[in-house]
Amino acid sequence: MNALTLKKGSSKKSAYNLKNTSSDILETHTLAVLVDNEAGVLARVIGLFSGRGYNIESLTVAETNHIDNLSRITIVTTGTPSVIIQIKAQLARMVAVHDVHDLTVEGPSVERELAMVKVVSSGESRVEALRTSEIFRASVVDTTLESFVFELTGTPEKIDAFVELMTPLGLVDVARTGVAAISRGL
Amino acid sequence: MSKTMTGAQMVIQALKDQGVDTIFGYPGGAVLPIYDEIFQQSDIKHILVRHEQGATHAAEGYARSTGKPGVVLVTSGPGATNAVTGMTDALMDSIPMVVLTGQVPTFMIGSDAFQEADTVGITRPCTKHNWLVKETDKLSETIHQAFHIATSGRPGPVLIDIPKDVQFATGTYTEKSKSKIDHYNPQRRGDLDAITELVELIEKAERPVLYTGGGVINSGNQASQLLRELVQETNFPITSTLMGLGSYPASGKNWLGMLGMHGTYEANLSMHGCDLLINIGARFDDRITGVLDKFSPHSKKAHIDIDASSINKVISVDIPILGDVACVLEDLLKIWKSRGNKTNSAKILDWWSQINKWRERKCLSYKNSDTIIKPQYALERLEFLTKDHPNRFITTEVGQHQMWAAQYLGFEDPHRWMTSGGLGTMGYGVPASVGVQVAHNDGLVINIAGEASWLMNMQEMGTCTQYNLPAKQFILNNERLGMVRQWQELLHGERYSNSWSESLPDFVKLAEAFGAKGIQCSDPKKLDDAIIEMLDYDGPVIFDCLVEKHENCFPMIPSGKAHNEMLMGDDKTENAIGSSGAVMV
Ligand SMILES: Cc1cc2nc3c(=O)[nH]c(=O)nc-3n(C[C@H](O)[C@H](O)[C@H](O)COP(=O)(O)OP(=O)(O)OC[C@H]3O[C@@H](n4cnc5c(N)ncnc54)[C@H](O)[C@@H]3O)c2cc1C
Ligand SMILES: Cc1ncc(C[n+]2csc(CCOP(=O)(O)OP(=O)(O)O)c2C)c(N)n1
Repeated sequence: MNALTLKKGSSKKSAYNLKNTSSDILETHTLAVLVDNEAGVLARVIGLFSGRGYNIESLTVAETNHIDNLSRITIVTTGTPSVIIQIKAQLARMVAVHDVHDLTVEGPSVERELAMVKVVSSGESRVEALRTSEIFRASVVDTTLESFVFELTGTPEKIDAFVELMTPLGLVDVARTGVAAISRGL
Repeated sequence: MSKTMTGAQMVIQALKDQGVDTIFGYPGGAVLPIYDEIFQQSDIKHILVRHEQGATHAAEGYARSTGKPGVVLVTSGPGATNAVTGMTDALMDSIPMVVLTGQVPTFMIGSDAFQEADTVGITRPCTKHNWLVKETDKLSETIHQAFHIATSGRPGPVLIDIPKDVQFATGTYTEKSKSKIDHYNPQRRGDLDAITELVELIEKAERPVLYTGGGVINSGNQASQLLRELVQETNFPITSTLMGLGSYPASGKNWLGMLGMHGTYEANLSMHGCDLLINIGARFDDRITGVLDKFSPHSKKAHIDIDASSINKVISVDIPILGDVACVLEDLLKIWKSRGNKTNSAKILDWWSQINKWRERKCLSYKNSDTIIKPQYALERLEFLTKDHPNRFITTEVGQHQMWAAQYLGFEDPHRWMTSGGLGTMGYGVPASVGVQVAHNDGLVINIAGEASWLMNMQEMGTCTQYNLPAKQFILNNERLGMVRQWQELLHGERYSNSWSESLPDFVKLAEAFGAKGIQCSDPKKLDDAIIEMLDYDGPVIFDCLVEKHENCFPMIPSGKAHNEMLMGDDKTENAIGSSGAVMV
C-alpha cells in the first residue's frame, strides 16, 4: 500500500506502509496526542473513542507546554491494524488536535506508570510484603502498625505483577496513574 | 486601529466581514442583544423560521445551493436542542454551517438556570468543532475561526455558544485578517507520486469506472469542470452517489446513472465488473458497497479524498490520494497529458459494448397505468416539464420519493440537488426548499416529498408565505410511509406495522390556510395540466399528487447482497433478503 501522508500525525515510519491492514489480530498501541488545552478537549477525545466503539486501556493527560497551552494525552488502545489507523486518522482530523504520534510504531519508546498500593496485614504477611516491595524497588510512602502504602513506578506489566503478589498479602487498594510514554533517543 | 464594541455588535460585524447576507433564526431570551443589533441594520437579512430544526435545514439548503456556509442563530436550551438534528445532518453530508446559540450568562452556567442546556456538550459529537465563548474579547476571533473551520478541508457544521453577558459586555474587535486560523489547514494538493501511479493505471485500464460523490460538489465548480474534462478525454464511464448528482451532467453520454442500493443496473454491474475503480470524493457508504467482501472484487482501487479518515475506513484501497478533488484532478490531468493522453481505447470500447448491453435491460422501466398516477410517471412528467428551466433546484424529503427523484430527474450542474443522504432526515425538504429559494430569488425550487416526511416540518410553509417564497411542494402522496412499507413487504412478511399515514390533512385546504395555493391531482391524464398550473402560479404551491399506494422502488440491492444480486421491478421479491441481511439497516 502506498504511503498516505497525513498533515498532522504519524511519521513516514508509521503503520501506513508497514502493516497488513486486513489482519484481524488485535494490537496494542500507545498514542501520544498533542491537543489544545481548552475546556472540553478531553471530552472530545473520549467521546470519539466511546462514540465509535474504540477501546481505551489507559489514558493520561496533563498540560506539558505552558507557553502554547498544549496538553499531552497518552492513550493506550487496542484494535486490529485497520482500526488503529482509523483511530489515528479520526484523532488527527479533530480541530483541537495538533499532532498524533504512534509510539508503538515510530521506533523505541519508554512507558511508565505510577501506582500506589495499600496493604493491610500483620505478622509474617507484613514482613513478606515489605520484602517483596524491596525487590520491586517500591518505596514506602505511608505506614501505620498494620498498613503500608507503597509507591511504585514501572511498566504496566511490572505493576500488574506487583499487585498480583500483594493480593494474598493483604492488598486493600490500588491507585494507578495510567501510562505516560515518550520516544527514546533524540 | 482597534475597535471597541459590544459582543452583540461583534457578532453582526464579524458576520458582515465574512460576507454573510442571510441568517436563518429564531429569537429567545438568551439572544435578545443580538436580535436588537439585527433590528438596527439592513445588510444582513434575517429569515424567521417556524422551528429551529427548520433553520438548520434551510441553512443547509442555502449552503448546498450556493457553496457558501449557511448561518443559523437560535436561543439557548430548547432553541439549541431543536437545532441538533440539522447539525447532525450537516455533519453527515459535509455541509458548511455556522450555528450561533445564546447561552445563560457565564455566572449562571451550571446552576440549572432557566433554559440552560450544556449546548457544547450536547453538540460536541454533531459538530466539526464547537466553542463556548466566555470573554467578549475572544468572540470575534472565534467567529472568524468558526467560518474557516466550517468551510475548509471537509466542510461541516460548527457551533458557537455565546452567554448573554458576553453579548452585552464590551470588548475589542479582531479583524478577519488578523484572526489566527491556527494549525487547521488541511492539505489540498495530492501526493504527486500517488497521482502518477494512478495515471499509469488509467493508461492501462481495460474496464475502468469513475465513482464520484459529494466531495466533487464540496470542492467547487472547478472540480466539476475538471471531472467533465477527464471523462471526455478518457471516455471512461462515470457513476455517482446520491450526494454527487450534477457534478457530471445526466445528459452526458458517459453517464451511467446513480449507483448503490437504488442505483441503476448498469452502474452497479460496472462497479462489480471493473478492473479500475476511481473513487473521487465519495466515502464507500454502505448504501454503495452492499456486502463488503463481494464489493468490486476484481478491481484496483484509487480513492481521492480530503479526509484521511475516509480513506481505508471501510474499503481498503491500492492508491490513496489525500487532497482536494479540484487540486488532484488538475495535477492528474496535467501528468496524464504530459505522458501523451494514453488510454487503452480499444479495450474501453469493448467495455462500453458490455455496458450498453446492461443499459438495454432498461432497469428504470415500470408498468404504467391509465387510471392511477405511478410515482415514477409523475416524476417523468415533472422532469419533462421543468428540465429546460435555466434555474431549477430540487430538494427532497426522505423515502421512496427521494430515490425515484434521484432516478428519474436529471441534473446537469452541481448545487441543483439538495437531499439528506447520510442521516436520511425526514422533514429536511420543506425547510431546505425555503433556504434554496431565499438564496435564489428567481430559481424554480421544487421539493419532492412523501406526505409523511412533508408533515414533519410543514410549519415552514408559514415562512414561505411570509417571505413570498414561491417554492413548490410536490407531494407524492401514497398514504403510506412508503419506504418502511417496502421493507416490511420484503423483510417482515407484509406485516405493515404502523406504516400507514392515517388522518392526513386535506392538503388543498392546508395550502389555503397557509396562504398558499393547493392543487390535487389523481388522474394521469390531467397530470400535465396540473403541473403546469403549479409552475405558472407565482407563489408557494402545495401539490397533492395522489399516487399508487403500494409501488416499490427498484432496482434494489437487498441488504447483505452484492452489486450483481440486484432486485429488479419484475423479479419475484419474496424471501429476497436472507436473515443475515435483515439485521442490516
Ligand atoms: C433512503 C435512502 C436511500 C439511499 N440510497 C442510496 C443509493 O442507492 N445510492 C447512493 O449513492 N446513496 C444512497 N443514499 C445516500 C447514502 O446514505 C449516502 O449519503 C451517500 O451515498 C454518500 O455519498 P458520498 O459517498 O458521495 O459521500 P458524502 O457524504 O457526500 O461525503 C463526501 C466525501 O468526500 C470527501 N470530500 C469532501 N470535500 C472534499 C474535497 N473538497 N475534496 C476531496 N474530497 C472531499 C469527504 O471527506 C467524504 O469522504 C441513500 C440515502 C437514503 C436516505
Ligand atoms: C426523522 C425520521 N424518522 C424516521 C425515518 C425512517 N423512515 C425512512 S423513510 C420513511 C417513510 C417516509 O414516508 P414518506 O415521506 O411518505 O415517503 P415515501 O417513502 O412514501 O415516498 C421513514 C419512516 C427517517 N428516515 N427519518
